Amino acid sequence: MGIRGFVPFCPWNWCLLLATLQCCGASSELNRSTDSSARRELNVRYAAASSQPAETISVFTLDYDYVQIPYEVTLWILLASLAKIGFHLNRRLPGLMPESCLLILVGALVGAVIFGTDHKSPPVMDSSIYFLYLLPPIVLESGYFMPTRPFFENLGSILWWAGLGALLNAFGIGLSLYLICQVPAFGLGDINLLQNLLFGSLISAVDPVAVLAVFEEARVNEQLYMMIFGEALLNDGISVVLYNILIAFTKMHKFEDIEPVDILAGCARFVIVGCGGAFFGVIFGFISAFITRFTQNISAIEPLIVFMFSYLSYLVAETLYLSGILAITACAVTMKKYVEENVSQTSYTTIKYFMKMLSSVSETLIFIFMGVSTIGKNHEWNWAFICFTLVFCQIWRAISVFVLFYVSNQFRTFPFSIKDQCVIFYSGVRGAGSFSLAFLLPLSLFPRKKLFVTATLVVIYFTVFIQGITVGPLVRYLDVRKTNKKESINEELHTRLMDHLKAGIEDVCGQWSHYQVRDKFKKFDHKYLRKVLIRKNLPKSSLVSLYKKLEMKQAIEMVESGVLSSTAFSTPRRVQKTQETKRLSPEDVESMRDILTRNMYQVRQRTLSYNKYNLQPQTSEKQAKEILIRRRNTFRESVKKGHSLPWGKPAGTKNIRYLSFPYSKPLPAGRDMKVAEFTDHDGSDSELPPITFNTHSPTGTIQERRWTPEVIPMKRLHGAGTPLHFGYRRNAGREEHLGRGGRAILRPKPLFHAVDEEFESEEESKEETPAFGSLLSSELRPGGDCNVSHSPLLQRK
Amino acid sequence: MGAAHSASEEVRELEGKTGFSSDQIEQLHRRFKQLSGDQPTIRKENFNNVPDLELNPIRSKIVRAFFDNRNLRKGTSGLADEINFEDFLTIMSYFRPIDTTMDEEQVQLCRKEKLRFLFHMYDSDSDGRITLEEYRNVVEELLSGNPHIEKESARSIADGAMMEAASVCVGQMEPDQVYEGITFDDFLKVGAWELGVGTGAALGACRGPC
Repeated sequence: MGIRGFVPFCPWNWCLLLATLQCCGASSELNRSTDSSARRELNVRYAAASSQPAETISVFTLDYDYVQIPYEVTLWILLASLAKIGFHLNRRLPGLMPESCLLILVGALVGAVIFGTDHKSPPVMDSSIYFLYLLPPIVLESGYFMPTRPFFENLGSILWWAGLGALLNAFGIGLSLYLICQVPAFGLGDINLLQNLLFGSLISAVDPVAVLAVFEEARVNEQLYMMIFGEALLNDGISVVLYNILIAFTKMHKFEDIEPVDILAGCARFVIVGCGGAFFGVIFGFISAFITRFTQNISAIEPLIVFMFSYLSYLVAETLYLSGILAITACAVTMKKYVEENVSQTSYTTIKYFMKMLSSVSETLIFIFMGVSTIGKNHEWNWAFICFTLVFCQIWRAISVFVLFYVSNQFRTFPFSIKDQCVIFYSGVRGAGSFSLAFLLPLSLFPRKKLFVTATLVVIYFTVFIQGITVGPLVRYLDVRKTNKKESINEELHTRLMDHLKAGIEDVCGQWSHYQVRDKFKKFDHKYLRKVLIRKNLPKSSLVSLYKKLEMKQAIEMVESGVLSSTAFSTPRRVQKTQETKRLSPEDVESMRDILTRNMYQVRQRTLSYNKYNLQPQTSEKQAKEILIRRRNTFRESVKKGHSLPWGKPAGTKNIRYLSFPYSKPLPAGRDMKVAEFTDHDGSDSELPPITFNTHSPTGTIQERRWTPEVIPMKRLHGAGTPLHFGYRRNAGREEHLGRGGRAILRPKPLFHAVDEEFESEEESKEETPAFGSLLSSELRPGGDCNVSHSPLLQRK
Repeated sequence: MGAAHSASEEVRELEGKTGFSSDQIEQLHRRFKQLSGDQPTIRKENFNNVPDLELNPIRSKIVRAFFDNRNLRKGTSGLADEINFEDFLTIMSYFRPIDTTMDEEQVQLCRKEKLRFLFHMYDSDSDGRITLEEYRNVVEELLSGNPHIEKESARSIADGAMMEAASVCVGQMEPDQVYEGITFDDFLKVGAWELGVGTGAALGACRGPC
């Protein structure tokens, strides 16, 4: 790991150096120009010479003032990006600590540099910048990437937990701190109840998603993910709403003037603000989905529409004093489904990436602000307040978790175990949200604002670093105890059987209350919504992309059903009448269990995978692409190697075998769904369609990826006597997976019925040949033709 | 349903027999009617109406379990043709969460019943033993979702599991001993049955939407 460990330091080092130099250079420039800047007017650039009448035209001047703000902002963002690169270069780090740790460190560093060089810090974040520019992207991103189905299935629990949890935390912490403030020894007597409540509300804004990446490998179930997501999603909104209401209260007359009526009004306002915001979000979501229906000819503006409408929903909601955060969240969740179907593939990718980018930038900036204000002179340290804040944060979170989940477990089908609850409790990491809210406290109303800021910073640092780093081991510890049990195949089998049984019985006795609602919504969706919101027909010109899609779909299905690993699985001695008691070697057990776990039908609960800071392609997509690429490559290779059949000799470097399908007879204007038309492909870069993915390979193993096909010794093929079947049985149904001689051969599922069959050869660059459609036809070669398998491959018809 | 009076009597009777609360019985009755299309009995075909069940690899075993006479406590083998609501409830009662207020012995009894249900799923020919063939069958079904696995692998896995079970139950066997199959007692030994069948999960629906 020497080199590996070494590498990340390089970019760190030189980039830090670079940054420092820049900052120093900048600051020195600034110092020089600060004096004269005071006397300058706006259009100073050209009038600069006037203050000191110059005799000569200066050949080379520096004007830092002009670019200071964008320059420094860009520099910070770059610095953070470089740090992230370094962070991810080290394989182990991302699993050790959440990325927010890194961002905070970078922020602190920048803060240190700025402080050290006595630089006048650039525009400090103020309320409008934060709420108008920095916050919406973050919220939009989390709303957009929320997996919708599990979210709605758990909606009740999530609302209960997020809403009540936030409230409970806020008021709990506020009240406890108020009680502490009453103790005269701490010197906090001037902080009244309202201020404490406000502080409680802002400190209760958690950002637990940040820690998700840390325990991703641990088998955290879907429900837990959803809880954490849901909390993160709604938490910000609720905190801000509370915050605003309490600020309004504070601005109102004195504390004594607040009557119960006001409090009731506050509660009502809370509800209205929340629901109203969501309502507006939904409306805007539908509008934007509707508009994307018509954008097929100018697909370049599709991302623009998506972003602008989301932002608009935020702004409109803010105008009406509703919760913009909830609006934008609801907008994202609503429009995602329809927009994804409407927009083109590239727009879709653009949207995703751009969203991630924006939210990354926002968050980075916020953390930098945080770092800058950490290292500075505006702190007020009060041991009592800060320590008690920390303590109460933990206590109240624990209380809210255990109490609320205890209650909601009574109503849930899948109750959360204590371990799950511990994980949720421990993942209460604060983030940028709390800091921003603290920072934006109006000084006039909060004379002790510095204290609050300091306390917030302490809590953030503590939770992010200490909790963030230890949550991984904790989860693994909790989890390890779970999985150690399954040591035998029997247990694995039985557990799986029981899972399926449970799922089956659930279906029978019906979580039918769920079904009903979900079914009804689906029906409604299909009948009305989709007709309105989704485009009518796919453009003809995207035929190739359609094939791409279909091929991908098939490949994804292959991957999802689990391609076996390449570990040679030596079959244990067959037991006739179970007489022999030869123990299975551990490796056999291992490999068997491997096969079992990987290939048993996936029970519905699947773990989600989400990384806040990075867009990871779905693993299945990734693998699917791999499959496709490899298929094409190997096929091309096997073709290039003199047109011999792949099984005649080992197919080049890769040991994956693919069978080639003989050319089909080109049908005239073939409307026969099953048969494709081929034009002659000349030359060696013709792409003969890869058909079957015969899951066998010779003795070599391919260790590159997990999914490489399983080893079935070569000799079995020949031993079978018949030449390799082309992958289709005569009477093959879709479920028929055994070719001749009992080899498992994958059949591509007949997905292509609806496709038009004009397969002129596309431009060379398009690699997915439309001729793939020919793969369908098992009927093309009714089984008996196997014996003439060799020749048709090469013949052009 | 007859007069309301007799209906509630029936309900109480069922409550007593199966241990469900009257709310649960109501809900299950609704479900029963939905499945059976308002007929008084359910047949195997009615289970086709359950959409998600199609995707379940052990679907046939589950459906079969509903009609299994041993589960219905009507005999020691064979399948019933149709089941009425009371039978339906009987089967469902196997999935009730274990009532922790019962004493230890009853808890054990409950667990055993549930495991017996599971055992019956494996033991399709009702001879009281899970033979190699039956085990193979189970494994094949479990792995049937994956087109790549061939029968050979499935069989070997089953064989391996069987051997494991044999070694656990019988210890070192003499070379000429024949291991007939897993009996129910062996079954209890083999699995570490710490989670009973369907502890709460399956019948959470009866408690209401989550």
